[in-house]
Amino acid sequence: MRKAFAGVFPFKKRIAFNVIDVTINGKKQACDKGLTIVELLDSLGMNSRAIAVEINQQLQPRDTHCLVEVNDGDILEIVTLVGGG
Amino acid sequence: MTDSISEKPSQSPEASVGLDEFRIAGHTFESRLILGSGKYDSFEVMRESFEVAETQCVTIAVRRERLHDSSGRNILDFVDPKRFVLLPNTAGCYDADTAVRCAKMGREILRGLENPGADWVKLEVLGDSRSLLPDPIELLKATETLVGQGFQVLCYSSDDPIVARRLKDAGATSVMPAGSPIGSGLGVINRNSLQIILEDLKQGDPDYPVIIDAGVGTASDVAVAMELGFDAVLLNTAVARADAPVRMAEAMKHGVKAGRLAYQSGRIPMSRYASASSPEVGVISKRNQ
Repeated sequence: MRKAFAGVFPFKKRIAFNVIDVTINGKKQACDKGLTIVELLDSLGMNSRAIAVEINQQLQPRDTHCLVEVNDGDILEIVTLVGGG
Repeated sequence: MTDSISEKPSQSPEASVGLDEFRIAGHTFESRLILGSGKYDSFEVMRESFEVAETQCVTIAVRRERLHDSSGRNILDFVDPKRFVLLPNTAGCYDADTAVRCAKMGREILRGLENPGADWVKLEVLGDSRSLLPDPIELLKATETLVGQGFQVLCYSSDDPIVARRLKDAGATSVMPAGSPIGSGLGVINRNSLQIILEDLKQGDPDYPVIIDAGVGTASDVAVAMELGFDAVLLNTAVARADAPVRMAEAMKHGVKAGRLAYQSGRIPMSRYASASSPEVGVISKRNQ
């Protein structure tokens, strides 16, 4: 695994193996194979306390983020709090 | 002849002095004004409005984190989650399943923040993007599911008394009928139905919280809602989009207090004819029939 460069990159730049396709917040992306949720969030710069993550419509509790790996074809929702009534 | 249109509340006169706390879902608030955090021109104005309104409970929405925009300013930098009880909503959801997912994500975030609002949700399941009125069938479905999952569910509802009753029966912590459509500023436009809702839901259960959610335009609307006997008012646009939001926030604070005091004071019955305030005996003029 290329941990040093682990991360998410634009879908079109997908380069061969060790890369999977995921959909993050409605947008198709490519990312390294074998990333955990925490690693994925880190690479997106989104690892804050104020987020929640769903994979394929299933909420992923925070304490599982360092264990659960993202798989090819996963649909992720990463949400935060915004102003609302 | 006295034409009695509105009933007096049942409290005895001068009964409630001192603290008039608002209890809901395990929270105790001194303020009966819940404010939304949307539509403000700036986070600074929002924060000052909350300050002046003396609100203790603020609604927030759950939305996708932006992938490529790190302007960095987060609403939580302006609404201290240690100080305000946050009430996450499911705004923008049009079916029960999505609303349930949204509620769970809100809960997850608030748990991470250790905010006491984590177990409750303002449940919105909309039926139509033009009126933003709730879809009662999906709303009931989502209520049942979320109650089953341990949520305290505060239902944004229409002014339909039967729907309100069904929501309470399904275990809703509070039913929150709209005074009028969200953001419309029309105020309380269906008093009769709202009074039926109040009577129904509070019958034999006077402490069951019923909140007016949406439609408020100005402070008198808030006062009217509180005079009718609602336990609290939830509003957003009327403050956020006022020309001077901070001043309007102060007006709303007073509107809530005025309406609540009036409700507790037992208003006089309405009458078609006059009733002189000055003594009728000892008048020096000849009576004019």
